[in-house]
Amino acid sequence: MIEKLRKLIDKEIAKYPADKKQSAVIAALAIMQHHRGWLSQEDISDVAIYLDMPEIAVLEVATFYNMFDLKPVGKYKLSICTNISCMLRDADQIVDHLKKTLKIDFNEITKDGKFCLKESECMGACEGAPLLTVNNQKMYEHLDIKKIDQLLKDLK
Amino acid sequence: MNEIVDKNLDLEITNKQLFNICLRTKPLKNSNSLETYKSIGGYEQIKKILKNKLDPQQLIDEIKISGLRGRGGAGFPTGIKWSFMPRDYDGIKYIVCNSDEGEPGTFKDRDIIRHNPHQLIEGMLIGAYIMNAQVGYNYIHGEIWEEYVSFEKAIDEARKAGLLGKNIFGSGFNFELHAFHGYGAYICGEETALIESIEGKKGQPRYKPPFPATYGIYGKPTNVNNTETYASIPWIIENGGQAFMAHGVKNSGGTKIFSVSGHVEKPGNYEIELGMPFEQLLKEAGGVWKGRKLKAVIPGGPSTPVVPADIIKNATIDYDGLAKIGSSVGAGSMIVMDETTCMVSALKRLSYFFYEESCGQCTPCREGTGWVYRIISRIYQGQATLDDLDLLTDVSKKISGRTICALGDAAATPVLSFIKHFRDEFEVFIKNGKKLVN
Repeated sequence: MIEKLRKLIDKEIAKYPADKKQSAVIAALAIMQHHRGWLSQEDISDVAIYLDMPEIAVLEVATFYNMFDLKPVGKYKLSICTNISCMLRDADQIVDHLKKTLKIDFNEITKDGKFCLKESECMGACEGAPLLTVNNQKMYEHLDIKKIDQLLKDLK
Repeated sequence: MNEIVDKNLDLEITNKQLFNICLRTKPLKNSNSLETYKSIGGYEQIKKILKNKLDPQQLIDEIKISGLRGRGGAGFPTGIKWSFMPRDYDGIKYIVCNSDEGEPGTFKDRDIIRHNPHQLIEGMLIGAYIMNAQVGYNYIHGEIWEEYVSFEKAIDEARKAGLLGKNIFGSGFNFELHAFHGYGAYICGEETALIESIEGKKGQPRYKPPFPATYGIYGKPTNVNNTETYASIPWIIENGGQAFMAHGVKNSGGTKIFSVSGHVEKPGNYEIELGMPFEQLLKEAGGVWKGRKLKAVIPGGPSTPVVPADIIKNATIDYDGLAKIGSSVGAGSMIVMDETTCMVSALKRLSYFFYEESCGQCTPCREGTGWVYRIISRIYQGQATLDDLDLLTDVSKKISGRTICALGDAAATPVLSFIKHFRDEFEVFIKNGKKLVN
């Protein structure tokens, strides 16, 4: 585990009692994932060793929370919400356009390794429906075809 | 519906308006800064409480008078919940703010964190004083990373100003607050699942009893309340429980944020005085979009029953008002559907959600949500028979009430209410093998 990531994880561990490092497991996995883009077996082991947890307990967490990816997702993971509030505001059209433009289906990566498309559940921001997030962090709201085309151009 | 939207509302009788309590700073510049919150009297209530060492029981009584009920969906009276926390417990106690809003159509806590984080922090400080808790966590929904970062900043700001940490206002009172970032599990909005998650585990709900007030995080007494609940507290302490109650109606004290989404002109958060007529709230949200007619409304999020237009049009938005028409306030996630909405498609999407989000712990929910989703998919693909509607109802009823947590009931609710009110549409879909509306 590299020093930079260790420092970030230490900050999370400090939020909990000294003997409860496990509480930082979601944060630690998120930090690792943000660095690599996805979680490898090595990342899971590193987190397990660092937090003094059985590896299976870390894997359980990584597979339970659906923002974790245990397979590569390309440079930009586009998670688009298709739940009811987004659906009512035509998220399906955005999905169709993305699939056509990128020539991929959900859970696939473009040939150049740049984009991956994920179907997401409600992100708690339905005011801005339809919407998507890039790499679990940056959210783009009030999407239309034009904005999608611009976004795909902007993501270098 | 247009004539309903345009009808002059008799405000003399109802006289319920938009009124910002939790979103007080939203219209102000730099809404989320400490300075802005202080400019409206922020942190004065906790200061007053600590300086005068006010009696926690009196403060709880004030909250009971306010009629404040848990704003996350359960609607449990906050004052009563707080009195469950053992006073004389010797050791660490925790309070947790539940900002893990993942019920489709809910986005109010995000707005509070975004615009008024310090009021939430002050609410938690008051809660910590009353319940004598030393440590707090705010569990923030995974997908709103930017709000998580901004809340961490607000905590830093408060800590630097001596409002969090040790010996706050020189009173000897200590309280530490941390932000916890979820990572995409609806079930963690359930308070015991949330506690499991904070402990670094899968978010699977616990058997109750014991309740969190006796056995919460790491087995310590823990109180969990929704963001909006905590954010209401400073205003109640400042203005009194009676003043808060007066903004609402009987059994529904105060204001409540409704997150209005779907087919309206102006989706967004509307903090209303409870008891506001539905038509008025719809009008505030710009009415049904594109001049279309209203078909149905899910008043409080998918775990609350859907209501057809002609039933909700005369309803008032409060706990009793929505109960009267067979639904409930829930988390205030109002999803509006216009005349073009295919109810089979809508239910199919909601069923997929519950299937996807079931934690897998209880068999009726784990297996039942899959059954429900597959049957609705069969209808959607034109391969169902009319018997499948009875099967859907039967499976849903067998999930409901047979699970550890409320997700099972929540999964059954849309199925039962959609079929109850829109059975014709499902039958036509089955007979024709395609949508009734386009």
